[in-house]
Amino acid sequence: MNIEWYIVLSSLLFATGAMGILIRRSPVIILLCLELMLNAGNLALVAFSRMVGNQEGQVFAIVVMVVAACEVVIGLGLIVAIFRRKLPLDVDQLRELRG
Amino acid sequence: MFFLAALGALGGAVGVVAMRNPFYGVLALIVHLFSLAVLFLLLSAAFVAAAQVVVYAGAVMVLYVFVVAYVGGDTESAWEPIPGQRFLAPLIGAALFIELSVAVLGSSLLALGTEGPDVAPGFGDPAAIGKLLLEDFLLPFEASSILLLLAAVGAVVLAGRRERVDDAPVPGSAGTPGESRPAGPGTGAPQGAAR
Repeated sequence: MNIEWYIVLSSLLFATGAMGILIRRSPVIILLCLELMLNAGNLALVAFSRMVGNQEGQVFAIVVMVVAACEVVIGLGLIVAIFRRKLPLDVDQLRELRG
Repeated sequence: MFFLAALGALGGAVGVVAMRNPFYGVLALIVHLFSLAVLFLLLSAAFVAAAQVVVYAGAVMVLYVFVVAYVGGDTESAWEPIPGQRFLAPLIGAALFIELSVAVLGSSLLALGTEGPDVAPGFGDPAAIGKLLLEDFLLPFEASSILLLLAAVGAVVLAGRRERVDDAPVPGSAGTPGESRPAGPGTGAPQGAAR
């Protein structure tokens, strides 16, 4: 399969994730959509790495995975903290930084 | 095989966006991740595919499932505060997709239309990736491990400490030991007092 297909699929997934972030308002779903976008980036990285015939792009993809895991951990910690404070889990209502 | 996996990945992504219940959203993301792992295998990136399945679909998604079960799968309200958001957002998403496609396919990367060069059998297997990680990319590797450590500590600080602060009763109610103390150099006491 040509590399083009992978790249087009990757941009389609990225656009889907961005659309989800724009539409949804639950922080959990927004984190999931961020995962979608990061994975689309990963797919593009691996596809380009295959195109060039060089494995270093795959190392990039692994580092992206690490960063995504960190982001998930922090985001879920924030969500749990918000939930414990009995604030609404809705990004439109969480407008103030003050707890 | 590619189209099957691509369909799975796309279906999972749309499922994440469209499902009202966050729990089903997480399950759709697991489908998406498995399909992506198949795509990585097709791109001869065996180690990345294995890491995708083990780390993402295994560990991270378990974390998601726990948090969703803890927070509760309450669905968000159906109306949107920004008028036309539901129609505008797909438009913007489609524009983004078209822009990305034009940017990539309009570039002069001639190898895009090929399947890539023939690679040696060991391409992308754990030995090769591990060698790269520990020899050429040692500094990024260590930096990412420090980042992971920081994230773990940060998550514990964020989610773990509120118990004592928030369970302290409001002034005036029956006291627990320590309530009469002024807001000292405690952990997050000013925030608790501000509420």
